[in-house]
Amino acid sequence: MAKYVIVGASAAGIGAVEAIREVDPSGSIAVISDETCTHYSRPMISDFVSGKADAKKMDCRNNEFWKANNVEVLMGKKATALNLTEKTVQLDSGEKVAYEKLLLATGGKPFVPITEGSDKDGVFTFTTISDAQRIAAKIEATYAKTAIVVGGGLIGISVTEALLKRGLKVTMVELQDKILSLLLDAKGSDIMEAVIRKAGVNVITGQSVQKILGKPGNDSAVGGVLLTKGDQVPCDLVIMAIGVVPRTELVLGGAVKINRGIVVDNMMQTNVADVYASGDVAEAYDFIINQNRTLPLWPLAILEGRVAGYNMAGKKTTYCGGTNMSSLKYFDVPIVSIGLANPKEDPTLEVLVKQDLENNVYKKLVLRNNIIVGIILVNCIERAGILFYLLKNTVNVKKFKKQLISEDFSWATLPTGMQRKMSVVQ
Amino acid sequence: MVKRIIAKQENCIGCGLCEVYCLVQHSKSKDVVKAYNSERPKPISRVTVERNKPVSFAIQCRNCEDAPCVIACLSGAMKKDEKTGQVTHDKEKCMGCWTCIMVCPYGAIKMDKEGHVIAKCDLCQGFDEPACVANCPNEALVFKEVKK
Repeated sequence: MAKYVIVGASAAGIGAVEAIREVDPSGSIAVISDETCTHYSRPMISDFVSGKADAKKMDCRNNEFWKANNVEVLMGKKATALNLTEKTVQLDSGEKVAYEKLLLATGGKPFVPITEGSDKDGVFTFTTISDAQRIAAKIEATYAKTAIVVGGGLIGISVTEALLKRGLKVTMVELQDKILSLLLDAKGSDIMEAVIRKAGVNVITGQSVQKILGKPGNDSAVGGVLLTKGDQVPCDLVIMAIGVVPRTELVLGGAVKINRGIVVDNMMQTNVADVYASGDVAEAYDFIINQNRTLPLWPLAILEGRVAGYNMAGKKTTYCGGTNMSSLKYFDVPIVSIGLANPKEDPTLEVLVKQDLENNVYKKLVLRNNIIVGIILVNCIERAGILFYLLKNTVNVKKFKKQLISEDFSWATLPTGMQRKMSVVQ
Repeated sequence: MVKRIIAKQENCIGCGLCEVYCLVQHSKSKDVVKAYNSERPKPISRVTVERNKPVSFAIQCRNCEDAPCVIACLSGAMKKDEKTGQVTHDKEKCMGCWTCIMVCPYGAIKMDKEGHVIAKCDLCQGFDEPACVANCPNEALVFKEVKK
């Protein structure tokens, strides 16, 4: 029995624990996680594979985090069922944990399309630290030299760089015509694709893997892939890095309302009393598209977890919303993408562009009614946060549009009134 | 009450001395010539003089109350010190993902591209006054207690 029960010990769970403790220093908290390593930085798993980060560096709080917050941690245990009437969580170990307030922070699970041969030895997903550990161990044990990364999005590019740093020859296969298509437009994507190719990666777009082939003489081990257009590419490893889908098993078929993810209001409450959801499993508010959606992003999961935590502990708090936003560090090309970065043709949108393609510099702002709704920055990200501030606060930029994409854009080129309002100067 | 650096725009002459002193303060050698010419990894100034003639002023971390960089940090390197109100950065934990840069409303966080980490103002820990404040020739930077 705990006053607060949290299923999931990653970003949303951490955020919730911190928020609850700000409001309620003593109410009992229990955290359930089927992982054995908790509060590690998931975005850092690629640095683990490349050898840049060890377990200590990956700890995104500190090793006393649970203890310091007086949290009972049920690690390596899986929540298998909920009883919403009795208000209990059933664990695979046989235990039942009763709650007053429950947070579902179960996260996302890797999306793996049904592919013949995906059960072969050498096929991996890339979401958790155990995935990263298994990949690293496999490379060491088998001297793997070549890998196919399925997916040219954020996860795909991160694991591609990590494997390259470990000395593997990597082929990236992306179903869309362009890589990073959820973050960049065609021009931004072309810049990045050229950089990745130059680094030695074989990039194949407009295709996917239709079958995973066995090794000659050992059909149970990965030996290559068959692409949709019929080409065969030999490899030792296949990494499925397409994306994640909400991990909703625990509430499937029950009273908790699910759309793609668990449906929540702006206090992170589900339709069932005393049950909250946050992070990759939840469908929370996107302030750019003005509706709820799943957005599997670490900073948003922390923020959503905090909102849930405050509300669970009785401090009424409203989620300000998030949007699709990521910064990328890969292949030494810093990129920021926020909101409607790659919108479809739309006469109500205005696009401002500045580029220096020789130096791989690209800046694009998407405006609607003189308000920034989308941002792409490639190799010019240092003042990204100011543009994000303007976007998030729906500031009318009509009077200083030109300055926004000029090279010397800074707070100094914005109106004095705004500088004072933000206390940039006194 | 916490101590913060305040920029006085009408006093700033845009000389950039704050950047020089900050860079030297955060160098290994503490020597201006070595810091600018030979030291590797290159030391980085954590303050920037933003200019739009005739206006200029210095920007560095403002240690926001609900600091967006702390919430957004992917690695746990950014923390808020509840006692001092300061936003601290742990270089060892930083993974150089640039997420803090994406969300800093002041554009006050710098990239240390060689070190693959970010660099930000640390208020010159261990000194009475930050180097930028102490060496500003026109008192355009003030270090004082403000309400949280």
